[in-house]
Amino acid sequence: MCCSFDIQKGFSPMLMIKLLQMMERQSSSLVVRLLGSSASYMRRFLFRVLSVGPVPHHVAFILDGNRRFARKWKMEDVMGYRAGFLSLMTLIKCCYELGVKYITIYVFSIENFKRKPDEVRSVMDLMLEKIEGLLKEESILEQYGVRLEFVGNLKLLNESVRISAEKAMKATACNDRVILVVAVAYTSTDEMVHAAEQCCQDKSVDGKLVEVADVERHMYMAGVPDPDILVRTSGETRLSNFLLWQTSNSLLYSPKALWPDVGLHHLIWAVLNFQRVQPYLRTRRNYLPLSTQ
Amino acid sequence: MDQLKLIKLQKSVPPSNFRNPKLPPFQNQPRRQRMASLQLRLSFTPSPLKLRQQVPRRSLDLKLPPRALSSAIKAATVNGHPGEDALLKGTTAPAQFSGEDSVALPAGLRRESIPRHVAVIMDGNRRWARMRGFPVGSGYEAGVRALRRMVELCCKLGIKVLTVFAFSSDNWFRPKVEVDVLMALFDRGLREELQYLVSADVRISIMGDSSKLFNSLQALLANAMETTQNNSRLHLIVAVNYSGRSDVVQACQKLAVEVKDGLIEPEDINEFLVERELGTNCTDFPHPDLLIRTSGELRVSNFLLWQLAHTELYFTDSLWPDFGEDEFLQALSSFQERQRRYGC
Repeated sequence: MCCSFDIQKGFSPMLMIKLLQMMERQSSSLVVRLLGSSASYMRRFLFRVLSVGPVPHHVAFILDGNRRFARKWKMEDVMGYRAGFLSLMTLIKCCYELGVKYITIYVFSIENFKRKPDEVRSVMDLMLEKIEGLLKEESILEQYGVRLEFVGNLKLLNESVRISAEKAMKATACNDRVILVVAVAYTSTDEMVHAAEQCCQDKSVDGKLVEVADVERHMYMAGVPDPDILVRTSGETRLSNFLLWQTSNSLLYSPKALWPDVGLHHLIWAVLNFQRVQPYLRTRRNYLPLSTQ
Repeated sequence: MDQLKLIKLQKSVPPSNFRNPKLPPFQNQPRRQRMASLQLRLSFTPSPLKLRQQVPRRSLDLKLPPRALSSAIKAATVNGHPGEDALLKGTTAPAQFSGEDSVALPAGLRRESIPRHVAVIMDGNRRWARMRGFPVGSGYEAGVRALRRMVELCCKLGIKVLTVFAFSSDNWFRPKVEVDVLMALFDRGLREELQYLVSADVRISIMGDSSKLFNSLQALLANAMETTQNNSRLHLIVAVNYSGRSDVVQACQKLAVEVKDGLIEPEDINEFLVERELGTNCTDFPHPDLLIRTSGELRVSNFLLWQLAHTELYFTDSLWPDFGEDEFLQALSSFQERQRRYGC
C-alpha cells in the first residue's frame, strides 16, 4: 500500500495500532489489491512525467521523528519505529519505480547507543526481525534486483544482528538493480577516522602524499556515489554526523513531516527541487578531485 | 510578517530599467523614474546613496522597524559627522569598543542560547549585483560591507567565533577577471579594516591553503594574524582557498607522517587527533553551533565537513549583501527554538 500516516485528529491510538498491525500483516483482500494497483498505475504515470527531467541517482534519508510520532499517537516508541519501517518500504518502492539506483538510510548512529538500554535493545530486536524477514523473501529481492549493503562500524553491533546483516549482504551480493545502503552503527566522523587509520596502514600510501582518492577508497561508503539529495524529516535542519564527506554538494531537503508521515508528495517535491539545481550541482561535482560519480 | 516580506522585497528590488512587462512604457513613467533609469544606463557604478535618493522606492511608504535603521542612524551621528560616508560604506565609523557597548539582547532572545560559534556561507553577491545591473565587483564590495556589519553584530551579541567562507578552492574555476577582482578586494579590504579589527579587539585567522595566493596577500594575511593574535572579543576565521575535504585530507596526511615517524600507532588515531590537525584548531570552539547560508541554496558546498556534525543549519532567501541585523536576529531566534539532542 502506498499511503502516509498523515491522518486527521479523529483517530485514537488503539485504532492507529490496529491499522499498523493490519498493514504489517499485508492484507491480501481483493479491494486492497484493486486499490493498490490503481494507485500504482497513477504513481508510475507520475514518475514517467518526472523522468523527463534528470532523476537523482542516489537519495539518502535520515529517518527522524519515529519517537515523536509514537508520542503524538500515545503509543510506545517501538510502535513508532514499526510505523517508520512501513514508511521506509513505501519510499523504497517509490524510489525503485522512479529509477533511483542507490538509496541510503540512516538507521542507527553510534551516538544513539547513549539512549536508554531498553530502547536500544528494542531497536536492535526490530532490526533483527526485519533483516530475517527480508532474508525469507530472498526470491522477491532477487526478482527486483535489490542488493543490501550494511555500512558502519559493525563490530559495535551485537553478534546476532551482525551475523544476520552479513548473511543478507552475501545473499544479495549479485543483485544490482537497486542498492539499499543501510547505515547502522555509523557516524561520519568515525568513518573518516577509520579511513585515516586505514590510509596509515596501507602500504601503498606509505611515503607519499595522502590524496582525496586514498581517503575515499577506505571509507565505509567506498564504491557508492555521492548522494544527490539528502532528506531529513521532522523539520530539523542538521546533518547529525551522517555522510558529512559525501553530502558536500548534495541538495538538503528537510520536510516538517515526521518520518512515518512522509509520503510520495515529499519525494516528488524533493525530486523537483533537485531538477531545478541539478545542472549547477553537476558542474560543482566535476570540480571535486576524483569524486565518485 | 507582511512588513518583513515587503522589506525583503524592497532590498532585492531590481533597478527601474529592468525589463518588467508590468511596468508602463518608458514614455508613460513619471519624469523622476525616467531620469533615474537614464542615469543608471549611463553610469558605470552608481553609488548606493545616489540610488537611494533618485530611484523611487516603495519603502518610503513603509514604517520600517526602528532596529533596521538603528545602525544607519548611529553611523550618521557618531562623533557628530553626518553619515554620508557611513551610509555609503553601510557601517559604523570606527568606534572605541568597551564592555558598555554590549547592548541588551533584543526581546525574545535568551543570552544562554546565543551560539558560541557561528559559521556563514556568504552566497549571493553576484546575484545581488546582476539584479541591480551592477558589475560583479560591486556585489563583492557590498558583501564586504555586509561582513563588516556581521562582525559588529557578533561583537555586540557576545558571539565568540565567527567563521566565514570567503573563497572556496572550487572558485578558482570562475572567470579569471572575477578571481582577480576578488583577490584585489581581499587585499584592499584587509588593509583598510586592519585598524578597525585592532580597535574592536577582533582576532583574525585564516583557514585554508594560502600558498596559492599572491605573495603580497600572504604577507598581509600573516601580518594581520600576528597583529591581532592577542585580541579576544571575537575570533574571526576567514576561509580562503578552503575545501572541507582537503582539510580532512591534510589532517590525514599529517597523521600519516606521525605514524611513519613512529610517534603514534595507526590504532591510536581517534577523533581528537584528527580534529587537532584541522583548520579550526586555532580556536577552542571548533564546532559551529549555527551555520547560515544566504541566497536560498540548500547545500553545504564543501565547507567545514567534519565540524558540521551537529551544527544547526539555517537557510535564508536573503542575498548576502542584504543580510543585516534583522535577518541575523531571525536566524538566532530560529536557532533558539531548535532542540539539540546530539544523537540522544
